[in-house]
This record gives sequence, structure tokens and C-alpha cells, in this order.
Amino acid sequence: MYVAVKGGERAIDNAHDWLAEERRGPEDVAELGVAQIKTQLSLAVNRVMAEGSLFDPDLAALAIKQSRGDLIEAIFLIRAYRTTLPRFGYSAPVETGAMACDRRISATFKDVPGGQVLGPTFDYTHRLLDFALEAEGLDRAAEVEPEVHPVMPRVSQFLNKEGLIQDEPRPEVDETPGDLTREPLELPAARPLRLQALTRGDEGFVLSMAYSTQRGYAKNHPFVGELRIGTVPVEMEIPELGFAIEIGEVVLTECETVNQFTGSKTEPAQFTRGYGLVFGQTERKAISMALVDRALRWKELGEDDKGAPAQDEEFVLYHADNIQATGFLEHIKLPHYVDFQSELELVRKLRREADMRQQMREAAE
Amino acid sequence: MTNETMADADQTARKGWMSLLAKAPAAELKRLWADAGQEAKFQWLRAPEVGGVMVRGRAGGTGAAFNLGEMTVTRCSLRLESGAVGHAMVQGRDRDKAEVAAVIDALMQGEASEVLRATVLVPLEAGMVETAGKRAAKAAQTKVDFFTMVRGED
Repeated sequence: MYVAVKGGERAIDNAHDWLAEERRGPEDVAELGVAQIKTQLSLAVNRVMAEGSLFDPDLAALAIKQSRGDLIEAIFLIRAYRTTLPRFGYSAPVETGAMACDRRISATFKDVPGGQVLGPTFDYTHRLLDFALEAEGLDRAAEVEPEVHPVMPRVSQFLNKEGLIQDEPRPEVDETPGDLTREPLELPAARPLRLQALTRGDEGFVLSMAYSTQRGYAKNHPFVGELRIGTVPVEMEIPELGFAIEIGEVVLTECETVNQFTGSKTEPAQFTRGYGLVFGQTERKAISMALVDRALRWKELGEDDKGAPAQDEEFVLYHADNIQATGFLEHIKLPHYVDFQSELELVRKLRREADMRQQMREAAE
Repeated sequence: MTNETMADADQTARKGWMSLLAKAPAAELKRLWADAGQEAKFQWLRAPEVGGVMVRGRAGGTGAAFNLGEMTVTRCSLRLESGAVGHAMVQGRDRDKAEVAAVIDALMQGEASEVLRATVLVPLEAGMVETAGKRAAKAAQTKVDFFTMVRGED
């Protein structure tokens, strides 16, 4: 247990001053601006927004600067900030089918209406360091004539027309989904709550859980049915007006997996699906989320509990949050002198007793 | 047009400009507003306030709603001397942007609407359409046609 300590103010102030100095680095190197981080380290910004659970690229960039590039620390700063914001309301669910896509690929169908669009991807690069980036002043890309974003219907929709995939029917009236920022997690968690926990969960953790399902722990044989990245408007009902307006737009990555089919004597075989939706261009996370979502659906899909970690919602959901994890992990470095003192006493007492028993045995022999 | 359809049309139009103002880049909106040279005295009904809105998605894109994460927004309400009330709920944490958006919302309900549409809303939208259009064009340049190779017999 952590017990409050007093003193050390001067040392703490000096430590923080030094931290600021180290953050700035040598003064003969230009200081990094928040706008530079926002626009040139945008994938780091995306991760901080996704796991900080707040879409605001300027704030995420500031947090990255303040945290010296420690992304979990940056996420911590964003989570702390968002608790200070009054909640104005909830948006209508975003329509990802109408996304203005920068990227849209399918690993299951090569000819999809709207086409396969690679977008600004690392795929098919050679992963060789590009020393040309060390030099400044790369050529500007050629100007393009503006076009209109093509309509890109969901890939799952095609399978759905034939009834070959489990449907995700649009509810006539939306149930209010649970909100982890309002109530603590309770189990068993409904799928909406699981999706919220996964989308704000640690990318590394969700990735490893997803990978474990691919390696055989609750294998569900996923294909990326569709991956799309782009912009969607966010619409919300404004009480003063009595109608809904668009209040902004967000960049999202959406992944739908097509998974191993289930069927029974009464129901024909059908593909199942997993779903990932994450703020920003964050496709590793979105694919991972879809795999873990699918693994956690074993009960509703009538699959066996194989005892795999990714099927265990208590394990997954209680350990996905890197801010909860880091808070509990890092608190053990704070002063625990009283606690430790009592344990020290206990070990000394146990040793004294053992010594006495030893002496008595020797005396008896 | 019946009164009801007129009201519907008014509401659609207002939804259109409020949505545009909410999504607009703050710097561009402020520049166009300053250039338009409109004067508007007003009283705050609700001074600009920064807050969060929880954005929702749907499981599988079309299924049950879930909470995805929050976004920052700024809202305010004001009343012009003419009595017209303007509201704004705009993306981000820029109080000045929210103020300009609410003033424009109020003015759009009166005589200045035609001028404002021509000097602020139309160029604002054109700029945003062009920015989006350039991304669409860039995306179109990365469209691929995969073709499956036939495997050999052995």
C-alpha cells in the first residue's frame, strides 16, 4: 500500500525542471512544433487519439510533445484532460458505409464495386531505411484535379445478399449502449461494451491477443473481408434546435473480418464476422480488434470454450487498458516504506524463529 | 408550398449551413467572415463552452450501437439586436470559431442571408470540397487491379 510521504519538494521541483530541459534537448537543434507533430507524426497522433479515446489531433500532438514521445504517457495526459470536459451528448452512430475512403481493400474479393484502393500504405514497401529522408526538401507531389469520392458499398453486403454471412441487422430503435467512461466494467459484458473496451485498448495488447487466435488459441480462421480508412461526418441531435446537425468529422479505420462458418442440422452453413472500428488511420489495431471481437463472441455463436485467453472476456477486457495497467504497475515505484518496513519485520521474525528451532534441535541432539 | 413544407425546407437549409460551419477549418472561416465585413452586435445566451461528445459506431457497421470515443466540440448561443437567435456546435476547441458560426447562424435567418451565402458559405464549401476532392483524386491514383495467377500443374 502507498502511504503518503512528506518532504522532497525541492528535489521534485528540480527533477521537473530537468525534465523540461531534457524534453527541449540541445538548443542548437530547432524545437519541435505541435503542428509538426500533428502533420508529420500523424500515426503516433492517431494512436494517442484512439487509446486516449478523444478525437482531437491538436491535443494529441501536444500530449506527444509534452510526454517526449512516450505514447502511453501521452494517452494518460489525454485521458486526464477528457475527464475535465463536460459531456454535451452522444452522436448518432456514424455511417461508415458512406465513408469518403482514402484506402479500401478486400482480401476476399478482388473485384469489389468502388475498387481496391491502396491509399497511403506501408504495404508493399521493402522496409528498407530510406536515407533520403535524412536530407531536407523532398520534391513536392504533382497537383491533382479534384474528383468525387466513389461510392463504396460494404463488402459484407454482397455475401449478405446471398445469406452466406451472419447478418448485422440495423435495430429499429437503438438501445443505449453501456459506456465505460460512465460506469465501471461489469461482466458479462454485452458486445457494445466489449467493442468500446477494445477500441480504446492498448494496441500491443489487442495485437497479441489477436495473434494468439491466429496461432491456434481459439482459432477462427479470419479473412479481412474489408478494410477501409477515411472520413465520416458525425451527426448529433441538438436539443435547442429539435433536429440533428453534423458537428464535425472524424477519420476512422474500419475492419470487417469474414470468419469460419458455423452451421447445424437446422441452419445452413454461414460465415461469421468480427468487427473493428478505431479513430484515425490505425489499421493494425482495427484488424486486431476485429479478431478479438470475433473470439469473444464464442458464446453467442455456440462455439466451445477452448479455454483460450482471447475467449476469456474477463482476462481480455480487464487487461486491455494501458492506462489502468500503467497506473497500477507504476505505483509500485512510489514510496512504500511503511508497507515494506512491516514485511521486513516479518521476514526478520520468521528468520529468528527458524534460527531458534535450529538451535533447539542442535541442543537436543 | 404549404407552411409545413416551407418549415421543412428552412430546417434543411439551416441544418446545411450549421453542419458546414461545424466542419469548416477555423482559420478559413474566420478569414472569410472578416472579409465579408458584416457587423453584428449580440448578447450571449450561452458563452462559448468547450466540451466532449461521445461518438457512436455500430457493430459490424450496421448493427447495435456502441460508444467509440469522444471528440472535442465548442458550443454557444447568442441573440442579435434584431432578436434572431444563433446557435453553434462546432468541432474543436476554438471559441472564436464557435462565436463566428453562431453569429452567421443568426444572420442567415434574416436579410443578410443572400450576401453571407455568397461571401462566406459558398467559398467555404468550395474550399472544403476541393480539399476532399484532392484526397479522392490521390486515392483514385492508388486503385489497383489484382489478378489471380493460375497455378502450374506440378
